[in-house]
Amino acid sequence: MNFISPIFTHTQVQQCLVDTPAAAGNCAIETHDLTIYYGDFCAVRDINLHVELRKITAFIGPSGCGKSTVLRAFNRMNDLIPSARVEGAVLFGGQNIYAPTVDAVEVRRRVGMVFQKPNPFPKSIYENVAWGARINGYRGNLDELVERTLRHAALWDEVKDKLQQSALALSGGQQQRLCIARAIAIEPEIILMDEPASALDPIATLRIEELMRTLAQDYTIIVVTHNMQQAARVSDYTAFFMVDENRAGYMVEQGHTREIFTNPKDKRTEDYITGRFG
Amino acid sequence: MALTSTKQALVSGKLPGKLPGDLPGETASDTQSLLHKRFRLGETFIQGFLFVCGAISILTTIGILYVLGHESLLFFRNPDVSLLEFFTGTKWQPAILEFGILPLFNATLITSAIALLVALPLGLSAAVYLSEYATPRTRGVLKPILEILAGIPTVVYGYFALSFMTPLLRTLFGADTVEIYNTASAGLVMGILILPLVTSMSEDALSAVPGSLREAAYALGATKLETAVKVVVPAALSGITAAFIIAASRAIGETMIVAIAAGAGPSFTLNPFRAAETMTGHIVRISGGDLSYDSIDYNSIFAIGLMLFFMTLTLNLISNRIVRRFREVYE
Ligand SMILES: Nc1ncnc2c1ncn2[C@@H]1O[C@H](COP(=O)(O)OP(=O)(O)OP(=O)(O)O)[C@@H](O)[C@H]1O
Ligand SMILES: [Mg+2]
Repeated sequence: MNFISPIFTHTQVQQCLVDTPAAAGNCAIETHDLTIYYGDFCAVRDINLHVELRKITAFIGPSGCGKSTVLRAFNRMNDLIPSARVEGAVLFGGQNIYAPTVDAVEVRRRVGMVFQKPNPFPKSIYENVAWGARINGYRGNLDELVERTLRHAALWDEVKDKLQQSALALSGGQQQRLCIARAIAIEPEIILMDEPASALDPIATLRIEELMRTLAQDYTIIVVTHNMQQAARVSDYTAFFMVDENRAGYMVEQGHTREIFTNPKDKRTEDYITGRFG
Repeated sequence: MALTSTKQALVSGKLPGKLPGDLPGETASDTQSLLHKRFRLGETFIQGFLFVCGAISILTTIGILYVLGHESLLFFRNPDVSLLEFFTGTKWQPAILEFGILPLFNATLITSAIALLVALPLGLSAAVYLSEYATPRTRGVLKPILEILAGIPTVVYGYFALSFMTPLLRTLFGADTVEIYNTASAGLVMGILILPLVTSMSEDALSAVPGSLREAAYALGATKLETAVKVVVPAALSGITAAFIIAASRAIGETMIVAIAAGAGPSFTLNPFRAAETMTGHIVRISGGDLSYDSIDYNSIFAIGLMLFFMTLTLNLISNRIVRRFREVYE
C-alpha cells in the first residue's frame, strides 16, 4: 500500500473552499489531484472535486470513466484490491484519509456504502441492521436502534412483522432499502451509493430516490448513476466524468445539478447529457 | 419408436449424410434423406459401455448390501444372540458367546471424537486462513501440500501413531498412564488424516461466499477478522457442517490407524489412554485370523459391518441434505 502524507494543511483547505463556487456551504469531502492506478493502468487522474455537506452529489459519465473507482476511494474500499494504488489526497473533515496515521476501518465506519446489487447478509432482517452497530460496540438498546433505523429507511411498515425472517426473502427493492438501513444504522457521516437503483424496477427506484431525499437532511450522499433523469431528479450537485485517449478517467466539470443540466460550461458535458455520445 | 417408423416411411432410398447443394439437381426427397436415422457404431458402443459401468457399480453395491444383510441375519437369527444384548451388552467376547457391541462402538466413538476434536478447529482455521488471508501465491503452495497429506497411505499414519504419537504421549503423561496401544494416539493421528479433507471442503464452502458480502462487512467498518468470523463463516456454515459430517463418517470408517495403534481387544473404557478395539479394528483382526465360514464369530463381523454401514449412511444423508440447503442460501 502506498500512503500519502498529509501534505495539505488546514489553511490550504480553507483556501480551496474559497476558490470553489460552493464555498458558501461546507465541504464533506474534497480531493486533491486524486489519481488512482490499478497496477500500471491509470484509471482516473487528477481529480479535484468537492462534495457538499448534507447534499446529494451525483457522479455521471460514460462506463469505465472511473466513477466507481473514485467513489471507492472515499471509504478506502480500493485498499481491498491488491493492485490499486492511490495518489493525491482525499480530505474528509479536513483530514487526508490516506495519511499513514489514518485507520481504514475507522474511515469506513464514518463513510458508509451502498452497492449496485443489493447484498444483505444471509441473516435475519433484524441482524442485518444490528450487525454494524454490534461490531462497532454499540451500547444502547438494539431493538430501538433497529426500529428507528428501519423507520428512517422507510422500510419499517413492510418488515415490522417479520424482523426475524431472512433478509433474502425480501424483494430486490426492499433488500436495497435494507442495505441502506444497514448503512445508516452505524450513523456514518457520508453515504456512498454506487448505482443503488440500477438493479431495480422503476417503482422501487422511485422509492430509493425518495429515501435519498429524506436522508439528505442528515447525511451527505454521493451517488453514481447512469440514469440522467435520476441525477437530475435527486441530486443537488453533479460531477461529470469522461475518459481520455489513454482510457484514464478525469472530471470534466462539477456544479449545481440545475446548471450542469441546463447550462453546462463544457461542450462535452452538454453532448453527454443530451445523449450525443457516451 | 413410433417416430422411427414414421421417419422411415418418409425417407427415400437415397444414401444418408449428403448435404443439400452437394449435387445440383437434388429434390425434396433428397433433403428428407438427411433426416434418416443414422446408425453410429461408436455412439452405441460408448452408450452400452457407460451403461455397463453404471450397472456394475450399482450391482456391486447391491451385492455388498446383500452379503452384509444376509450374514447379519444369520447372526441375529442365532439362538445364542439377542438383539437387546447386542445393543446394550458391554462385553464382546465371541469365545464365550458374549456379543455386546458397546465396547467396540465406544472405542469407535472415542477415536472419532478425538480425531474430530483435532481436525475441526485446525481444519476450519486453516480454511479461513486459505480463503480469507492467504495471498494467491501462498494458497498455490499450501493447497498442493494438503493434497499430498491426503495422499499418504493410512498404514503409514498407523505406524506414525504407534512409533511417534504413542511415545510422545507416554513421555508427556507418563508410561504408567498411557498404554502402548491406546485410543488417544490413534485418534490424534486420525485427526491429522482427516485434516486435509476438512480443510479443503471448508475452504470450498468459504470461497463460495460471494465477495459482495465481504464488501458489505468492510463497508460497515468491520475488520478482516470480524468479516471472516462473523460474516463469511456463518454464511458458509452449512457447507462447513457438511464437511464436518463427511469427516466424521470418514473417521468412523477409518481402519488402518486404529487397527495398528488403538488396541487389539475389545474393552469398554472411557479412558483414551487405555487400549480398546474399534468396530473397524475388530473386523480387521477377526477376518485376518482363521475363521470358519459358518461360525457365529464370522457372522458377527458382518453385523458390526452393517452397523458401521448404517452409521456412515446416516451421516452422509444428513450432509447431503445440508449441502442441498447450502446451495440455496445466497439466492
Ligand atoms: N479491480 C480492478 N482492476 C483493474 N482495473 C480495474 C478494476 N476496477 C476497475 N478497473 C478499471 O478502471 C476503470 C474505471 O473503472 P470503474 O469501475 O471505476 O468505472 P465506472 O465509471 O464505475 O464504470 P461503470 O459506469 O461501468 O460502473 C475501467 O477501465 C476498469 O476497467
Ligand atoms: Mg461503476
